[in-house]
Amino acid sequence: MIPLVTAAAFAFWLLAPVMILGALGMILARKPVHSALCLAAVMISLAVQYAAQDAPFLFAVQIIVYTGAILMLFLFVLMLVGVDVADSLVETIKGQRPLAALAGVGFGALLVFALGNAIVGEPLGLDGANSEHGGNIQGVAALIFNRYVFAFEATSALLITAAVGAMVLAHRERLAKKRSQTDLVNDRMRRYAESGQHPGPLPTPGVFARHNAVDTPALLPDGSTSDLSVSATLRARGTVLDSRELVQPVDQTVEAITPPETEDER
Amino acid sequence: MSPTYYVVLSAILFTIGAAGFLIRRNAIVAFMCVELMLNASNLALVTFSRMHGTLDGQIAAFFVMVVAAAEVVVGLAIIVTIFRTRRSASVDDASLLKF
Repeated sequence: MIPLVTAAAFAFWLLAPVMILGALGMILARKPVHSALCLAAVMISLAVQYAAQDAPFLFAVQIIVYTGAILMLFLFVLMLVGVDVADSLVETIKGQRPLAALAGVGFGALLVFALGNAIVGEPLGLDGANSEHGGNIQGVAALIFNRYVFAFEATSALLITAAVGAMVLAHRERLAKKRSQTDLVNDRMRRYAESGQHPGPLPTPGVFARHNAVDTPALLPDGSTSDLSVSATLRARGTVLDSRELVQPVDQTVEAITPPETEDER
Repeated sequence: MSPTYYVVLSAILFTIGAAGFLIRRNAIVAFMCVELMLNASNLALVTFSRMHGTLDGQIAAFFVMVVAAAEVVVGLAIIVTIFRTRRSASVDDASLLKF
């Protein structure tokens, strides 16, 4: 008996909406990281479609190369460039977005109707081609290393060129000599001799009963706070806590548990 | 499953990628849209491979993946280089060659 719904059909109708929504989410998300995650969903769903279409080799390659390598490279570069960079909504070309959306809809309709009408007849299926050499991977290997062997060799040159190109682009020439540990120590001691700046490490942040993070300045013995004990970045952001407030609960508790001085104690 | 559905899905994905490439300004997102278009064409290639009963379409999809990997490496290096000198990942800001 032929099942009414095959596994391929189930995977298709389950994942096709996911893919289209993921693709739309990718171009509509304001933050690039969300776009990357939507693209990851689309790529994994595509891998399942490959598996459903008798292409187990491409299924594995899609997950390893695309989702594993390429998308992670995207995320790395996003971190280098800055995760928080949201797209500007200023239009440099007037009406570009609506026109682009309109062109997209027209192009999509053209493609869908043209291709929908161009395909006739039942697919031949890959069972014969896959079983000829004993499996899909063996069949793909036979083709790559026989008919397409020159193209395959050319891709090796392409990959080496790409790797060298990326290295050349990412390389930065050092303009000044690298400062060694000796230079740093000499500088520090010279500053100490000239301006009396403390040569040792900076003071640690304050440790309080309810808070001991890096945003709490340490208290000095005279009750003032030490500016050196917190990072200047936190101070510029305005996220440094007030140490006096943090001390207050301790003072209150100490006051509460101190036994009151009674008459007979005297 | 009729191959028509797969090809139509691939056409829709390609269209979304093309529209996104026109709409988005962030160079990295525009690059992701290119990847989506490549992926959509891969789905069509795999579908045609099944339609015609030969593995040539899968080989073509495999080569597309190889080229895409090389392209991403160089493209992202260029984006990082531009970001390093101009502090911006927007495609509008890289316009020095225009004038």
